[in-house]
Amino acid sequence: MGKIELKQVTKRFGDAEVIPPLDLTIHDGEFTVFVGPSGCGKSTLLRLIAGLEDITSGHIEIDGKDATTLVPAKRGLAMVFQSYALYPHMSVRKNIAFPLKMAKMDLAEIDRRVEGAASVLNLTAYLDRRPGQLSGGQRQRVAIGRAIVREPSAFLFDEPLSNLDAALRVGMRMEISELHKKLDTTMIYVTHDQVEAMTMADKIVVLQAGVIEQVGSPLELYRAPRNTFVAGFIGSPKMNLLTGPEADKHNAHTIGIRPEHIDVVQSDGVWQGTVGVAEHLGSDTFFHIHNTGLAETLTVRAIGDISLRHGDTIHLSPRMDEFHRFDKAGLRIA
Amino acid sequence: MARSTTTRRKIITTAAAWAIGFTIFFPILWTILTSFKTEAQAISDPPVFLFFDWTLENYAVVQERSNYMRFLWNSVIIAGGSTVLGVLIAVPAAWSMAFVPSRRTKDILLWMLSTKMLPAVGVLYPIYLICIELGLLDSRIALVVILMLINLPIIVWMLYTYFKEIPGEILEAARMDGASLKEEILYVLTPMAIPGIASTLLLNFILAWNEAFWTLNLTAAKAAPLTAFIASYSSPEGLFYAKLSAASTMAIAPILILGWFSQKQLVRGLTFGAVK
Repeated sequence: MGKIELKQVTKRFGDAEVIPPLDLTIHDGEFTVFVGPSGCGKSTLLRLIAGLEDITSGHIEIDGKDATTLVPAKRGLAMVFQSYALYPHMSVRKNIAFPLKMAKMDLAEIDRRVEGAASVLNLTAYLDRRPGQLSGGQRQRVAIGRAIVREPSAFLFDEPLSNLDAALRVGMRMEISELHKKLDTTMIYVTHDQVEAMTMADKIVVLQAGVIEQVGSPLELYRAPRNTFVAGFIGSPKMNLLTGPEADKHNAHTIGIRPEHIDVVQSDGVWQGTVGVAEHLGSDTFFHIHNTGLAETLTVRAIGDISLRHGDTIHLSPRMDEFHRFDKAGLRIA
Repeated sequence: MARSTTTRRKIITTAAAWAIGFTIFFPILWTILTSFKTEAQAISDPPVFLFFDWTLENYAVVQERSNYMRFLWNSVIIAGGSTVLGVLIAVPAAWSMAFVPSRRTKDILLWMLSTKMLPAVGVLYPIYLICIELGLLDSRIALVVILMLINLPIIVWMLYTYFKEIPGEILEAARMDGASLKEEILYVLTPMAIPGIASTLLLNFILAWNEAFWTLNLTAAKAAPLTAFIASYSSPEGLFYAKLSAASTMAIAPILILGWFSQKQLVRGLTFGAVK
């Protein structure tokens, strides 16, 4: 079990209100990702759930029980930190065993669980090493090992991959997703990387300035962003947001069109411009296009390697049914 | 820009370092040398340096006249006791200042240090009276407590600096893992801060060992440590330099040996936090 409910939760640091009243339900077994730009309050929210920070008002319930004033250890949650936060003076085995030792568990049972976690995480060969002798990816696995041996009702991850290099990050992303499928336990994952959010989450919570902008599955957020912030934040490269006469044509204050929903055509496109920067990735090509007569620079994603270069003229045709319309307040128009 | 280090420059700086080191060490060396001279040689003019009749007579006289082991034992009890007691109080204090600071933490730290600026003699009278009232004059307990209190600000400061170096996330991890406050300090914080705690213990042991003002003023015969042992040779029938030197050498020998074997820890302790 691992249902977590936040009811009218607020957090203030002195005079600064970091989290205005907030309601959120995380269902049992769900992989929920908190995503938002840095300083949006996502880590604070996680620390409130963990109990590492006290909430200013409101209630936190875990599995239907009020956990608002419980100390972290009594909440039945395990956390993986950005810096791994391993105990440097203990071997990997002792690191993983630490929460069990604190729970005064039987020694044989501790050994069994540590060996089990180590084999799941490919750490068996490293059990007698110190954290200082391990690579970044291995340290992260030890931190995860320390979390899973407790068999918590939910896992909390605070930007666990941001200290790893790009290749390792993709690998660990898969491992954490697989771990979730295997354990079927609630996981809350904080990241500023929307790609991590899109690839891992069952449910994404987009935060800005402590306020939940939208909650939904990755594809719901992609297909129907509730406002211009979510529209711009989810998806890579970013959605093109256009205002002015172009938006007026669609009866909206702002219109949005994703780079992958604009086709490069030979001639007679809706828009015509010159190629600024062209990013050739092989599988895709991203064009940044100027002089279209629009106020904004357009970003276009074309499939495959298209041999247009800087300064070339390009013709573009947006797919009319893929436009998103937003009103003056930035909210989506159905 | 890289600084070019020529051989000449190296020779000069090395020579300068040795000269400064020797100058600082010279009084101790002179004391040790004098302890092996006769009283006449000790005050001879011009002074003799190495070429004199080496004798152990002074040590024999000192050993005969006073019970060295009793003074030594008192010194060990007073310095050791005050240091251990101080660290037991300072670890939780430094923990709270380093990891759950309040708005006043910096002020408290400064205020604690400011007590070190008060001349000790300023509180001699009240403390003397308190000791009389409690029947603690010439007792080791009184000295353990007083020296502990006197060194406590330094112990707290040093431990605070060490603890600040330990990432808070590791302690939070311990909290998430179910460690109580006691377990967090015992199993996570203390082992990680062992080098810092060790050099704090050492430095304070040395400070307490060498403390003379309180040990001389509050003891007579029973609780007198080695400082009193030295002082007893500087009076009343005139100065006997050779015997005084022998007593001093015997008093500083244990701490000198301790310092020699732990110099790595001590240097680290004294320069810690200087470069980040």
